[in-house]
Amino acid sequence: MPNELDSSRILAIVEEKGKSKEHLLSILLAIQNASGKNYVQEEWAKIVAAELNLSLSMVYDVLTFYSMFSTKPRGRHVIEICKSTPCYISKSDVIAKIFEKHLGIKVGETTQDQQFTLQYTACVGACDIGPVAKIGEEIYGNLTEDKINSIIIKYQGE
Amino acid sequence: MEKIVKLISQRCNKITPASVEEYCKANGFNGLKKAFTMKPADIVAEIKKARLLGRGGAAYPAGAKWEHLLEIPEFPKYIVCNADEGEPGTFKDKLLLSQDPLGIIEGMTIAGYVFNSNDGYIYIRGEYAAIQRNFQEAINHAIARGYLGNNILDTGFSFHIHIVTGAGAYVCGENSALLNSIEGKAGRPRIKPPHLAEVGLFSLPTLVNNVESFANIPVIVQLGGEKYLSYGTKDSGGTKLVCLSGHVAKRGVYEVPFGVTLRDIIYDKEIGGGTTQGQKLKFFHLGGQSGPCGIPDQLDTIYCYKALRSAGLSVGSGAVVVMDESVCVVDYLKKVTEFFIHESCGKCTPCREGNWQLFKILCKFQEGLAVEEDFAVMKRLADAMTNASFCGLGQSAAVALTSCLKYFKDEFKAHSKKQCPAGHCFIDERGE
Repeated sequence: MPNELDSSRILAIVEEKGKSKEHLLSILLAIQNASGKNYVQEEWAKIVAAELNLSLSMVYDVLTFYSMFSTKPRGRHVIEICKSTPCYISKSDVIAKIFEKHLGIKVGETTQDQQFTLQYTACVGACDIGPVAKIGEEIYGNLTEDKINSIIIKYQGE
Repeated sequence: MEKIVKLISQRCNKITPASVEEYCKANGFNGLKKAFTMKPADIVAEIKKARLLGRGGAAYPAGAKWEHLLEIPEFPKYIVCNADEGEPGTFKDKLLLSQDPLGIIEGMTIAGYVFNSNDGYIYIRGEYAAIQRNFQEAINHAIARGYLGNNILDTGFSFHIHIVTGAGAYVCGENSALLNSIEGKAGRPRIKPPHLAEVGLFSLPTLVNNVESFANIPVIVQLGGEKYLSYGTKDSGGTKLVCLSGHVAKRGVYEVPFGVTLRDIIYDKEIGGGTTQGQKLKFFHLGGQSGPCGIPDQLDTIYCYKALRSAGLSVGSGAVVVMDESVCVVDYLKKVTEFFIHESCGKCTPCREGNWQLFKILCKFQEGLAVEEDFAVMKRLADAMTNASFCGLGQSAAVALTSCLKYFKDEFKAHSKKQCPAGHCFIDERGE
């Protein structure tokens, strides 16, 4: 797992996604995924801005506007617990506490080994299986303490 | 009447989603083939007859929107599909996107033909990354079989669909914010006018419709507007995908004809099946966070745009979140308001500040510190947000609160006296 992306990797991502403004979000998401730390560094944003002929401030505006982006390093796996009302009334607050207990961190924090960041998110469109947590692209629904335990073990093994 | 009618969800969970062969065997692309034999104006006339109201939540008449764009002489025109489903309680577009992508592609292609447009964009929310890949596969298959791309079915008409990803912003469900996002900007809404039909994507004339609206187009073309209308009520044509969540036995997406009742949706054994383990229903929240809440006395209201509006309710996105008596109204509204604080783009003051102030007052109620005057302040704030916010997000953010103040004022008052009828708040203070 690379810790830092070099400029050639950033350029390759821009090339692959397409050098136009309509691909900005997908380029930044791809960079974030490839970072290994679920974030977009300013240096990488500068390269993207230059390639797409955008100002850095405009790319920064985008990075801070959309909730899927982070400009600070996060854990290798970001666990996002849905806190919207359909999940909330299905006890997502209880689920958050169970994650906190099992990971030994509070929501908003990252484990010391940099493996997990725990955070809240808005609706992920899986209200029929609430309470849910999203890890990467995977959605885990109808969560219970047992399920949470096995999910954490699964990702620890990766 | 039938309580479930599958016009647009007929293929869902029945065929391999990206398979053109299976799609065609199941009545797929017949709408497109028929559309090619019709004049664009006649297709628009059928959509008007169908009385299709936009299914994303705003319920703007689709026929009128299409007619407006048809009259605009400038070219090129763009077709944009809004697949940024971020309204909590809403997961209907996900069903169509994942289970019947070719139905959406067919609807968008018919729109392309009507407006002589060569490019369509589908903006799919970032949270649906796997669906984006499957949708691309469906696009590729449709191109390979001649139903999309260059010279479709040897008609000389070419249409290309491009997928653009979102990255987590509820406000991008607002059409002008969505177009800004496709242009690589932060998704803040635009000042209107100019209308998007005139100055839309890349400042060119643009049609923006929701996923479910596009999925209805091939059905309307095939059935004809009148037949489609007959599935619903006089004013609300056809069917609606409703999504049930919360304290309801059978959570999920169901396609119902307009004209069933809310009781049918929540209690019918083929649909919601009643509350979870039969608990007493306290209230329900319709159309998403931006929609109004209703109470059991309103269960016999007919589910259609007109009857719901008369009852102070609305269809919105089709979300139906069911709450039993364990839910505290004040606590629930606090979560709703928290959502809007998070999702407000910050561009206009009524929305950015109004939601914060409402949240603070709701906290006062939950802490037992609220006073009588707080009711008047909440009303004033809600009115200001509704009337002075820049876009639909701010204008509708206080709708749930306003509806709950109508039905649950006593519950608010009880909180002022440190009592929570649902037994949710003040638990620590009682030492339980």
